Amino acid sequence: MSEKEVKNLEEIFEAKIARDEKIEPKDWMPEKYRKTHIRQMSQHAHSEIVGMLPEGNWISRAPSLRRKVALLAKVQDEAGHGLYLYSATETLGISRDELYEQLHSGKAKYSSIFNYPTITWADIGAIGWLVDGAAIINQVPLCSTSFGPYARAMVRVCKEESFHQRQGYEIMLTLCNGTEEQKQMAQDALNRWWWPSLMMLGPTDDASTHTEQSMKWKLKRKTNDELRQQFIDQTVPQADILGITVPDEDLKWNEETGHYDFGEINWDEFWQVVKGHGPCNKERLQTRVNAWENGEWVRDAALAYAEKQSERKVKQAI
Amino acid sequence: MENKKEWPLWEIFVRSKNGLEHRHFGSLHATDAEMALENARDVYTRRSEGVSIWVVESSNITASNPDHNGELFEPAQDKVYRHPTFYDLPDEVKHM
Repeated sequence: MSEKEVKNLEEIFEAKIARDEKIEPKDWMPEKYRKTHIRQMSQHAHSEIVGMLPEGNWISRAPSLRRKVALLAKVQDEAGHGLYLYSATETLGISRDELYEQLHSGKAKYSSIFNYPTITWADIGAIGWLVDGAAIINQVPLCSTSFGPYARAMVRVCKEESFHQRQGYEIMLTLCNGTEEQKQMAQDALNRWWWPSLMMLGPTDDASTHTEQSMKWKLKRKTNDELRQQFIDQTVPQADILGITVPDEDLKWNEETGHYDFGEINWDEFWQVVKGHGPCNKERLQTRVNAWENGEWVRDAALAYAEKQSERKVKQAI
Repeated sequence: MENKKEWPLWEIFVRSKNGLEHRHFGSLHATDAEMALENARDVYTRRSEGVSIWVVESSNITASNPDHNGELFEPAQDKVYRHPTFYDLPDEVKHM
């Protein structure tokens, strides 16, 4: 294809997106669009999969059967979300094995928040409330992103996600209405998860390298800073209802802007965790790799069984 | 990548309730049709989204090429007489 032809196709493509038309897997798309989508969608899928680990830590120790079935269902949803997203990513011409390989080798990233440990039961409440809360804010705009399979997967994910946040908040509420010690536990969890949750919405706009292009492709419909502000504005009143304090001395309602002002985020910590130096990076990745490697014989056996069955069918037919 | 074999990909269609058609829900990997059905149940109908599931191995689907949409769908474009509004009738004619 000549340069001029590509340019022409690019113009048609950009116009399509501007008209809010969806791009489907077999449509022509610029290589950069394909690559960016593979990167973002697979990161998203990896985050769902790795995101099961911190919570899985508490399934066997949930304080009641009610909490246990809810947590199990939530973790199962996350596996499901990972699978929707992986198969949507595969429509762009990358195989599932390649995607896993990128995760396991450390080439692909996943959300840094999952590199923090879940040391008390209250962390499960805080994750549902804050981490899923921030995820919802990130994901709702993606329901109308330009790439069809991604948008469709996000619609399903968003529908299922709201139970996650409610179950987390209910855990926090129960703890906050409990003994002084339980309330302290909830406060401690908020203290540890608040800032990482704000970081989850990504670097500030002036430091974010992908924002401009992603906005154009509707892969992003609001900037990181807008999303973060929205998260803070809706979460602070929820903390007030719980009766616990957001760990930010500079947090203050601003009558003029109609938003909360908030303190400086420790971006050094963010980049440290992204680069692999968070409290649990090694453990998370190792757990994933082990699960994959230890499951290999099962995958092989299932495949061998299926092959044998189909051979038998052929023989019977003859 | 070593010479490892991936489980084949299946396309999943779900009828959400009787009276509606099966609709494409997504895809997943499974070794055979039976496993594809079981996995589809867990991946796509965790909240009673379906009453019936079809699974089709993706490699069995032949798809049209969107680059050829022009030639493929063009013949329908100049046949406005296939639409009811093509026919001029007086307003007094009812129930038509």
